[in-house]
Amino acid sequence: MIISAIAFYVFAAVTIISGLMVVTARNPVHSVLWLILAFFNSAGLFVLMGAEFLAMVLVVVYVGAVAVLFLFVVMMLDVNFQNLRQGATNYAMIGGIVGVILLLELIFLLGSAAVLPEGAAGAHPIPKFDVMSNTHAIGHVLYTDYFYLFQVAGMVLLVAMVGAIVLTLRQREGVRKQKIANQLDRRPEDTLEIVKVRPGQGA
Amino acid sequence: MEMGFWSGYVWPGLIIVLQIVAIILPMMGAVAYLTLAERKVIAAMQMRKGPNVVGPFGLLQPLADGLKLLTKETIIPTGANRFLFIIAPMVTFILALVAWAVIPFDEGWVLADINVGVLYLFAISSLGVYGIIVAGWASNSRYPFLGALRSAAQMVSYEVSIGFVIITVLLCVGSLNLSAIVEAQRGLWFCIPLLPMFVIYYISALAETNRAPFDLPEAEAELVSGYNVEYSAMTFGLFFLGEYANMILMSAMGTILFLGGWLPIVDVAPFNWIPGIFWFLGKTFALLFGFLWVRATFPRYRYDQLMRLGWKVFLPFTLFWVILTAGVLVAFDWVPAPAM
Repeated sequence: MIISAIAFYVFAAVTIISGLMVVTARNPVHSVLWLILAFFNSAGLFVLMGAEFLAMVLVVVYVGAVAVLFLFVVMMLDVNFQNLRQGATNYAMIGGIVGVILLLELIFLLGSAAVLPEGAAGAHPIPKFDVMSNTHAIGHVLYTDYFYLFQVAGMVLLVAMVGAIVLTLRQREGVRKQKIANQLDRRPEDTLEIVKVRPGQGA
Repeated sequence: MEMGFWSGYVWPGLIIVLQIVAIILPMMGAVAYLTLAERKVIAAMQMRKGPNVVGPFGLLQPLADGLKLLTKETIIPTGANRFLFIIAPMVTFILALVAWAVIPFDEGWVLADINVGVLYLFAISSLGVYGIIVAGWASNSRYPFLGALRSAAQMVSYEVSIGFVIITVLLCVGSLNLSAIVEAQRGLWFCIPLLPMFVIYYISALAETNRAPFDLPEAEAELVSGYNVEYSAMTFGLFFLGEYANMILMSAMGTILFLGGWLPIVDVAPFNWIPGIFWFLGKTFALLFGFLWVRATFPRYRYDQLMRLGWKVFLPFTLFWVILTAGVLVAFDWVPAPAM
């Protein structure tokens, strides 16, 4: 289908362009908005591959939650990004090396699957879509073969969350807090006294 | 080749466009008359008459309001980021419309019957925050910015509990397809076994659409009007329409998840003569009436109370219910078989 080919090239091109704009945009808020566009187009690519579950999860998790918090932080913080960027050129070398290593690893991995299929035996092919929808396929491997890894990943996130709370939590003295249970426990007879007042006399 | 082009792309494309129009036009009508219904319902609860001057019983009031908004001048503040300032209301409005693509109005009456329909709805409703936060930032003004920040925190918080509510329903269905969710409720609507989840869904939907008593992003006593202070004319109108379209959407979603969508209340003679679409619309309007009723009844929450309710009450409770539901389904061997 020529339409899906056109859609692929549009999604791919917009993903790459918005990825470039993320790192080159002057305004950090614009960077985050470009990042959101990149996420959306990657989700489009997932849909084209028939992985609609991953596409939706990408939108829910990254666009709906992570990028909102990014935007939140970037809008709130008063950081001079121009100064940060000047420092960043010093690290361009290291960043470039990391990027090249990642690229080489990807080429090795994908190349080995094409050149030497038995070398990549660890990667199981997904079941055909007419046998099983991809939501079920992911559930089948995630909660059976990779159950412990999945749980450990959750634990890592939990530790990070607890760590962040421990670092920022401080007990302050003399703060009055609303105690809902105490408020609900109050009865009219505890606090309320009905006095019949005669005209001309005080209570 | 020529035939393939016409029969393969053009006619299906035209049919889809017609279907989209057939969904959106009644939707816009519903949004327009929801604004009138809100004013009439609140007026009735406060023993007033409400709008009754334009047309019979004030029925043309929404048209007059729309015309007024269209003919006013769109003012863009000097300090605003022009592009984002204009794009923000469009985002709000478009997101409120695209979600309708997956809603099944009756058996088979759905534009895109996708496998992951409920995830799509969840994704779209979680994007609604962008219109507000971008509007607040692009206005380059204090009150809109504060409103936008409040709104972002609030919507992210209540999404978590809506997510768990959806998971509970999915455990009972075994599919992410919205039509399958409705079909699974034949015989027993989910609002009966999952009543606490239905209540939490409804309250979270109020918070997610920034409706009273959780309308802190536009708390007029503190923030003038929150994120849309700087907006005028039709840019404001789009926010307004988007908010009401979102209310209808959340009600439709509640109908599908808990009230059995197009299914009649009991499948016997006088009830199953009524077409499914009327059941669907009736249930949606009943939930919508609740939105208006709540607005006329409850005072606004304080912000810390709002956060406490979301994170300390709803989140543990929904998490407990997910585990309870999963446990009950496994214990009694009621786990639904996968759809395929």
